[in-house]
Amino acid sequence: MHSPYIYILCMAAVTYLIRVLPLTLIRKPIKNKIIRSFLYYVPYVTLAVMTFPAMIQATEFSIAGAIALVAAILLAYFGKGLLFVAVSSCAVVFVVELIIRLL
Amino acid sequence: MSNRQWFLKGMKAGIPIAMGYFAVAIALGINAVGAGISALQAALASLLNNASAGEYIAFTLIAAQASYAELIAMEAVANSRYLLMSAALSQKLEKSTSTFKRLLLGFTVTDEIFGVSMMQEGFLSPYFTYGAFAVATAGWTGGTLFGALMGNILPSAIVAALGVGLYGMFISVFIPEAKKNKIVAALVLVSFILSAAFEYLPYISRLSGGLRIIILTVVISLGAAILFPIKEDERDA
Repeated sequence: MHSPYIYILCMAAVTYLIRVLPLTLIRKPIKNKIIRSFLYYVPYVTLAVMTFPAMIQATEFSIAGAIALVAAILLAYFGKGLLFVAVSSCAVVFVVELIIRLL
Repeated sequence: MSNRQWFLKGMKAGIPIAMGYFAVAIALGINAVGAGISALQAALASLLNNASAGEYIAFTLIAAQASYAELIAMEAVANSRYLLMSAALSQKLEKSTSTFKRLLLGFTVTDEIFGVSMMQEGFLSPYFTYGAFAVATAGWTGGTLFGALMGNILPSAIVAALGVGLYGMFISVFIPEAKKNKIVAALVLVSFILSAAFEYLPYISRLSGGLRIIILTVVISLGAAILFPIKEDERDA
């Protein structure tokens, strides 16, 4: 039987090291244009990769996740903030799944 | 602005993140209890990790009583995107930023905290990020605890709906940038298509989720960096 505390310690230590090493080791502005561009694109690409198709797999009925995905993209496009978009996604899934169950 | 003002500004930016985190972390807390750890241990894990995907994977492994080495390896893969985010964040700091401030900043790198930090004009004051993180982690840890304690009395339809909140938050980080920059918009579309392909293609789909994320991130971002290098006057990189 493994200890939950050692599990938690292991995950926390690995996660912290990954986050802190670049911040402490890279102290100078990176001049290389390709690397600078790469680091600019990374956050948007990684979040997009994580969003789809995971979002439509997270719901009981894929169509609910798909509608929530489109709704969230439209809301974010028209300037709604993080909380509004997140809560709206949840609300869309709740309502769509409710309707599907009633049908 | 003084450090105190930056911290307060950060706290304000952290409020919507904290509320989103609270909702998302409820599902995580339910997961943790299912894996056989206590509510307080789940909250501790969230306080020390602040990593959605990393914690989901860890709880799955804990449920299976996996070895510590296996957990460490999977966490490294699942969280490797933070290596890239931290590298990007290092370019947003003034060169003179002290080691202590950097060590503290390393604790705060989550997808959304990173997102709001990069959106700041000019150099980043670490105090802004500290403020945002202090509020956000309260929501994350509190939500995990709430889910772990209350999960079995919440209606399952609500729990299922809360699960997509995380993706709503991701979308609200990359869509505003995609609106400003056509290349980012195209990359989002490419990321969606390739991510779905990796999910369903034979052989490739056997790779772990974390590994697929890091491979796709590196390949797509590097391809874009070579084909469409950013202009030097663009503020963040």
